[in-house]
Parts: sequence; structure tokens; C-alpha cells
Amino acid sequence: MEDFKRLEEIAKTIRRNILTMLNKAGSGHSGGSLSITDILVALYFGGIMKYDAKNPDWEDRDRLVLSKGHACPALYATLAQAGFFDEELLWTLRQLGSPLQGHPDSKKLPGVEASTGSLGNGISQAVGMALAARVLKKRYNVFCIVGDGEMQEGLVYEALMAAGHYKLSNLIVIVDNNGLQIDGQCKDIMNVYPLKEKFEAFNFRTYEMSGHIYKNIIDTLTTAKRNVVSPTAVIARTVKGMGVSFMENRVEYHGVAPSDEELKKALKELG
Amino acid sequence: MEKKATREAYGKALAEIGKDEKVVILDADLSGSTKSSEFKKVYPDRFFNMGIAESNMVDVAAGMALSGLKPYASSFAVFISGRAFEPVRQSICYQNLNVVLCGSHSGISVGEDGGSHQAVADIALMRSLPNMKVFVPADYNEAYSIVLATVEMEGPVYIRTSRAKSPIITEGKNFESARATILKSGNDISLIACGMMSYIALEAALLLKQEGIDVEVINSPSIKPLDTETVYTSAKKTKRVFTMEEHSVIGGLGSAVSEFLSENLPVYVHKIGIEDTFGESGTKDDLFCKFGFTKEAVAKRIKDRLNG
Repeated sequence: MEDFKRLEEIAKTIRRNILTMLNKAGSGHSGGSLSITDILVALYFGGIMKYDAKNPDWEDRDRLVLSKGHACPALYATLAQAGFFDEELLWTLRQLGSPLQGHPDSKKLPGVEASTGSLGNGISQAVGMALAARVLKKRYNVFCIVGDGEMQEGLVYEALMAAGHYKLSNLIVIVDNNGLQIDGQCKDIMNVYPLKEKFEAFNFRTYEMSGHIYKNIIDTLTTAKRNVVSPTAVIARTVKGMGVSFMENRVEYHGVAPSDEELKKALKELG
Repeated sequence: MEKKATREAYGKALAEIGKDEKVVILDADLSGSTKSSEFKKVYPDRFFNMGIAESNMVDVAAGMALSGLKPYASSFAVFISGRAFEPVRQSICYQNLNVVLCGSHSGISVGEDGGSHQAVADIALMRSLPNMKVFVPADYNEAYSIVLATVEMEGPVYIRTSRAKSPIITEGKNFESARATILKSGNDISLIACGMMSYIALEAALLLKQEGIDVEVINSPSIKPLDTETVYTSAKKTKRVFTMEEHSVIGGLGSAVSEFLSENLPVYVHKIGIEDTFGESGTKDDLFCKFGFTKEAVAKRIKDRLNG
């Protein structure tokens, strides 16, 4: 249990950094960044992924592709925390000349495995990375975080079909199932549910978990890594805006940065 | 004169470059048509059929390139430039990845399949993307040489091949990006062509020679980057430039030449190509007649322009 306490502390720092960098940038995606924070913390600090922050191009590293690229503040804050680059860089988010682009740019920032943001392209690239391991005779895993709203993109299903066909057991797709997209609730805008059955139809082994309870996340992802016969999907129940009371489950905070006043309030809540 | 299709060269050359273990081949259920199947015969473990899902194929190629492989992905030109345009932009070009895309069955020489399957704007689409190089081989030999050259090339490349057989007019040795070759030197006009139009340009030049018009015929397989030096030198000499391509007059070789000359050496440029329209079903020869891609039609058009 003590170890989970450590992860919770790291998550708190990351959430504070996410909100601070978004506030400084004056724009960006708050809600979806906060909903994936605990998943990222489990991946990078919970012993799930193998990586070397000082050697980001290490050939045998596990990869994380953030297909829902608009949630990149969470990725940037996590990578900084893991030591991929100096934390000071976080305060340059979205500014001219910053490697922290509005959506992830693999050419500019160490630790960013693929340029993403145009939804659906990330998961397809992740399939390519997982398939490449077969040619290269490597044993790395590829983790890919997609949004539930993102699953409205047709390209996602081309990617799932290929992953199932090639039995990419080194591919683990995690769905940030927060139920909201920019125009409203996913079920109202374009009903994308059920998700589990869709993955199963493409020959994924599929799990559901809480996206905010560390024991649950780590147990599920550990089990997913052991699957050697098929790709795995993990549908994570998450809360958009998680950790900040006035942002939680509020669609208004999808693409909006906190004001100075909101930041102060949020940081106080996070403690 | 020996006739072969550029798509056949693509397949043969892939089988040759496959000795490099970083080379992987992807196709979208058209490997028998694009000829990427030639690679599969030799290296089945590095051939991946991605099914009828071109967008995913292009993104998978991107993911493989990010992992250190050298992917070649092919489909019909109309699909790889159209259907898959978004991943070509977002994943391949935006990340400047070492991926080679091949669009076969380009232009109206596709023939009977008709306008839905005849790419008339693929050069324009691909050329507009930052980082992308665009190569259109004149014949089998040049196509083969282009594929060999791309193995060591940095950044994304688009190769445009054809279904129809056409005469072999180049030696196709040691292809270089941004290099055009003078097929016939002349003093009166410059005729710059690519793809199988280069052969027709050469034939039209011979007809015009009989009428006292001395045409310089330039084969320009590298649309982007363009061989601006050769274009400049020739245009400076002749002061009248004609371009010829099996592609829309909007956005292709003619546009590339016009863009360069209008800023650096404003001379008369006339573009011969597909006049902002789609193709249709028919035999290749019937279509070439209808669209004015015969030596007689080209010679007449140039003569009319010079007299007009």
C-alpha cells in the first residue's frame, strides 16, 4: 500500500504541473489531461514500462503512444518527472520555439514516440511499432492511450483489425473512457458504445479497470503484459478533470486552460 | 523498341533491395497489381499485406519507420494519395520519416477501370506536402534506378508508376534527386516531360524537326525537388517552354516549372496535360487520342501555340 502512496504523491505533482503549464500557456486541454494522469503515473512509475530517460532512443524500450494527443500536457509533465528533460521546459508549453508543441511532436521532444493529435493516427502508428518488433526480433511492448471520443474515427478500426490479424500481443491499448468529448457526452454526440465488444470482435483480449485506483491499474496492466496470444485492450473508467472538483465531469473544461483564479483554487485542492 | 511497365520495375527493384534487412514492404491488397508481390516471393517474412485499408497501411509504415525500419508502401496512386492523404501528411511528412510510398496505376493510362481509378491529381497532392519528394519515372529503367536510390534517401518519397507498358528510352543509371536529363538538345523551344509522356515528347520533337522547329526535350523525373538548373539553362536558351505530363495541368510538373520560372526567368510556359477534368473508361490508346497524348496532337498543339 505504501508504494501506491508514492504514486499518488507523484500524480499530485504532475497534476499541479499540468494545471500550471496550461495556465501559463493560456490554452490547452485540461479535462482529458487530468483523466489520464494516473494511468501515465502507473506506466512510468509503477514498474509497468521499461525505459531509460537518459537514453530515450534505447532500442529495447517499451513505447507509449498518446493517440489522444491533445492530452499532451499530462505526457509532458510525466516525462519531465521521469527525467527525460528539465522541468523548467514545462513552462514553455505552446510558445513559439518550444519543443512542447500544442500536440506531441516526436521530432522535438525526447520521450515522445510519435507525433499525434489528428485522432486515429496514433493507434495506427502504434500498430506499426508493435509489428516492427517482430521484424527486428525485439521484445518491447507498445502501450497506446486512445480516447473514447477518438473511437469515433474509422481509422481506429482499421488499426484494431490489423492488430488482431497479426496477433500483436506486444500491443496494449488503453481507452480513456471518461465519457465526454468536446461537444458533449460521447453517447449523445455519436454513440460509440459498447467498447468492450468492439475490441473483442477484433480479437483483442479485453479488460475493464478503474483509471484512478493504482492497485487496479497495475494489476490489470501486469496481466495485459503476460498475454502472448493476442493484443490486449484495457478500458479504463476515468473522470474527466479528475482531481479538481470544479473540473470533474465538466465538458466545459475539455479544451480550456484554468484562469489564474481557477489555478489558485485547484492547487489548493490538490494540496 | 522494348516495352515494359514502370510498375514491373518497382517489384523487381524491391526484390533487389530486400537484401537490406531493414527494408519492409506493405501493400493494401493490390500487391499483384503494384508488383510488390515480387518482394514477397523472396522475403515473405518482411512483406505485410494490410488489407483494403490504405490509411492504416500508411500509419503502420510510419510506426515501422519510427522503429528503425525502411518501409515501402504501395497501392493505386488514387488511393495512396487520396484515401491515405491524411496519414501521409500527419504521420509521414510531419515527422519527416524515411518511408517510400508508391502509387501505381497513375493517370489515364489505367484505361478500362475508368475515372474513379485514374489518379489525375496525385502529383499535386504529394508535391504540396512539406518534406515530400516526388519522382515520376519515364520508363522501366528509370523506375528501377529510382527505387534503388531511395534506400539511402532521407525523408519521405512518393514514386508514381504506371500500369501500361511503355518504350524504354533511358539507361536509368544512378538516379539522383533534382536531376533532369536532356533527351534531345534543341534551340527553338524547351519541352519538359515526365513519365511515359517523355517518350511521346521525344517523338513529337522528331515530327516538329521535319517542320523546322528544333525542340529540346528534357526528361524530368524529379518533380520535387525540381532540377532548376537544367530548366533555367534551357529556358534561357529557347525562351519558350512547354511541359507535358499525364496529370492535371493544375499542380503537377507544369506548375512546378511555372512556379520556378515565373520568379526567376519569366518566359512563356504552356502546359500540356489533363485539362482540369477526370478520366473515363477506354483503352489506353483511345484515351491518349481523346486527351491529346499522341505525337501528332502534341506536335500540332505546339505548332499552333508558336503561330498563335
